[in-house]
Amino acid sequence: MTNTIACVEKADVILITGSNTTENHPVISAGVKRAVSSGRTRLIVVDPRRIKIKEFADHYLRPNLGTDVAWINGMMHVIIAEDLHDKAFVAERTEGFEELKAMVAKYTPEYVEEISGIPAQQLVEAARLYAQAGVGSILYCMGITQHTCGTDNVKSLANLSMLCGNLGMPGGGVNPLRGQNNVQGACDMGGLPNVFTAYQPVNNEDASRKMGAAWGLDGLSTSIGMKATEMIPAAHDGRLKALYVIGENPLVSDPDLNHAEDCLGHLELMVVQDLFMTETARMADVVLPSRCFAEKDGTFSNTERRVQRVRRAVEAPGEAWDDWKILTELSDRLGYPMDYADSEAIFEEIRQVTPSYAGITYQRIDREGLHWPCLNEEHPGTPVLHSAQFTRGKGLFHAIEWQPPAEVTDQDYPLYLTTGRILYHYHTGTMTMRSKDLMERAPESFVEISPQDAATYGVADGDRISIASRRGQIDAQVKVSRKAVTGTVFIPFHYAQGAANKLTNAALDPVSGIPEYKVCAVKLMPGS
Amino acid sequence: MADQNLLVMNGNEFTFEPGETILDVARRNSIDIPTLCHLKGTTPTGACRVCVVEVEGARTLLPACATPAGKNMVIQTESPKVVEARRTIIKLLLASGNHNCAARGSDEQDWTAFQLGVAEDDRSDQLCPVWGDCQLQDLAYRYQVTGEGLPGTVVNYPLEDVNPFIVRDFSRCILCGRCVQACNEVQVNKAISFGFRGSETKIIAAGDKPLKDSDCVFCGECVQVCPVGALVEKNVRYAVRPWETERVRTTCTYCGVGCQIHLHVRDNRVVKVTGVEDVAPNYGSLCVKGRFGYNFVGAPDRLTRPLVKKEGEFQEVEWNEALDFIAGKLTAIKEAHGPDSIGVLTSARISNEENYVAQKFARAVLKTNNVDHCARL
Ligand code: SF4
Ligand code: SF4
Ligand code: SF4
Ligand code: FES
Repeated sequence: MTNTIACVEKADVILITGSNTTENHPVISAGVKRAVSSGRTRLIVVDPRRIKIKEFADHYLRPNLGTDVAWINGMMHVIIAEDLHDKAFVAERTEGFEELKAMVAKYTPEYVEEISGIPAQQLVEAARLYAQAGVGSILYCMGITQHTCGTDNVKSLANLSMLCGNLGMPGGGVNPLRGQNNVQGACDMGGLPNVFTAYQPVNNEDASRKMGAAWGLDGLSTSIGMKATEMIPAAHDGRLKALYVIGENPLVSDPDLNHAEDCLGHLELMVVQDLFMTETARMADVVLPSRCFAEKDGTFSNTERRVQRVRRAVEAPGEAWDDWKILTELSDRLGYPMDYADSEAIFEEIRQVTPSYAGITYQRIDREGLHWPCLNEEHPGTPVLHSAQFTRGKGLFHAIEWQPPAEVTDQDYPLYLTTGRILYHYHTGTMTMRSKDLMERAPESFVEISPQDAATYGVADGDRISIASRRGQIDAQVKVSRKAVTGTVFIPFHYAQGAANKLTNAALDPVSGIPEYKVCAVKLMPGS
Repeated sequence: MADQNLLVMNGNEFTFEPGETILDVARRNSIDIPTLCHLKGTTPTGACRVCVVEVEGARTLLPACATPAGKNMVIQTESPKVVEARRTIIKLLLASGNHNCAARGSDEQDWTAFQLGVAEDDRSDQLCPVWGDCQLQDLAYRYQVTGEGLPGTVVNYPLEDVNPFIVRDFSRCILCGRCVQACNEVQVNKAISFGFRGSETKIIAAGDKPLKDSDCVFCGECVQVCPVGALVEKNVRYAVRPWETERVRTTCTYCGVGCQIHLHVRDNRVVKVTGVEDVAPNYGSLCVKGRFGYNFVGAPDRLTRPLVKKEGEFQEVEWNEALDFIAGKLTAIKEAHGPDSIGVLTSARISNEENYVAQKFARAVLKTNNVDHCARL
């Protein structure tokens, strides 16, 4: 997030898109609901499902799946045409406005209606509200990123925010809500194929030399590595021979699971470190027991870049080890000893090589976490990013045209499928499905369909139904719901039985490598 | 001096900011005014009146939580009149239901019959499940009050435990309304409200339905704020005593909000989770996963020994054997196919320290940049 969680309650208008906030980030949604209920803050929700948070919205817009760039361009069209943009901010802090203006010229509300299905008048009203209400905050989640055009979607939201001068302001910003608790930290720490810690590029000579020196090595590889979504197919064609998996369960979370399973079968060595015998672990050659959050010390970085402590509360079962301990034992055997007394010793090394974490110590975050960048021990941390200038100096508008999703409906597969999470489960369910209480509330996979689609297909709540895409077929229970909009069905991806990802499309965003989980074409087969 | 916002409390002068209540000023200056219904950040309801104070010139005692601090007010927070009023309120509350802890007291001949009745309602022969962790009990002790001499009110609403998480015991509800404030003004789930009237008053979910059939999302905010034993976590009720547990502060393992939580631990097991109040980012709030989804920690099917697949079957081995095997394989693959034939998937669920070591392992040990995590999946 460019801003903080508390900042959300300072906004004059909040735009939520591609985030089922009440189910996936309940505590942030409470802040949104408080702000709206107090009458201080207006709310716009743009989402293909009629999710709960929509009930709090002044405007709810329902776009067709995969049409985000179009409606965002449409809003910018309206804002520029009606001269509602922040001209001082655009002049002083940004570049590329003229190109943007020329590009959005054709995205009239009527044209956008044709693409997105959002009635022109609704789009105009929402655009006016976002531009005129004062400081605007944008909250988004995977509904924006999990598309072949996910990067374009994110840039388009940044365009919209800059156009109205909402970046660098308390209460404003463009705020991705991270789904898993340490996504932010995994990225900050260089758990990415192209960067070291703090996003220092691996193919930058200086960065590579500096990191090599810190690690007592020369000649670190400067070629960018494979993304997770590239490793799986690389296993299939033999470029990847060994895969070392730490606490992940790609055999439920990956798209097009049947294919992914086939790919992993080609590996010469697969090692899995996890808490449980997951679907992925079952395919491994070696499975190593690791510790869970309640059994270890360390830090997590939350979605607002706040670095917070994790503390050991209970002893680990049996011989389970800390994940870092397993890796350092292995590195000793591979001829590169890594010797850390404890997690704090690792953190001290992180501070040395990570400018944005340099000022954070375990002692400083003992009571309350700090937001990076925190450059030295006197630095108070940075709750709001970009307040004086952007990282690159001026903020650049990206003129981006809308493109259709990789798969669209046709005669054979006439319905759209979108996937996501539900309140009672987390990711692949490895943790939440071990709670009989949570399971009692959400026992099994389901397909959410609109009452009209239910009538068309002659199915009722609770029926079992088969759903198929070009890649696979699953069975699930029918859940008739007004959340669903006719023509689009929804399946949560948590469950290994009735796994939504047997159906999803592995087409990737070319930049981020994120698959298009949010759009694919399916058919329903009642009574089969 | 005359323009300054000053007041006098218990003989000392204090400044205040416009908008502060008497309670705010007192708390800021470590003067302890007891409260029951007051819930920080929500509209004061003045329901319990335990916080009353004496203000010079006022005709009645005023609730500190709902009375704005005023210029030149002279306030007594613990005067005989105040204490007398609080004792009466506490006495009435103790008599208002199944407050069968020792604090309730009772007339000799009724005591056994009363306890037996409660035990039947409770389906337990123990005293109240929050014994030792109850603000009403604390107040009774502080002001040395019992319910003796007052006829106990009988509550006819049966206990509700038909959901997996929360037990609602109306017989111990003091109708302070904190749960209603928490649900409506803090979490804004709007699941519960005051229902019925007069002596029939009850906290209800819309249509007086059980929580499981209501808008309740089991965030548990109401349980955390309930000052007495009317709302209790189902798994904790008559299973965990507060003084047997140790609290460890940590960060929730689920979503990216990173809520600050207390793990309550007994005999090396996590038995309860609460939100840490007064600290960002969640200020005490949690969701159902964070508050109730901790069972996996001590689950019986946790992996406990390294496993190596031999002829298609996993076999338990010593750490040394597993690690030597992996090291040998990785070395051979690296020699035969180069470092970029190996990939590491690190995780958005492990710590920063572990992610750092994982990418260092890939880059410095294996010599490849093939390292990523599945967060985008
Ligand atoms: S658990 Fe949460 S939603 Fe349910 S009644 Fe309590 S506060 Fe309201
Ligand atoms: S249930 Fe608890 S918090 Fe709610 S009114 Fe009764 S005593 Fe107060
Ligand atoms: S308690 Fe819920 S909202 Fe808070 S971090 Fe955990 S999962 Fe997220
Ligand atoms: S705490 Fe003030 S009236 Fe209840």
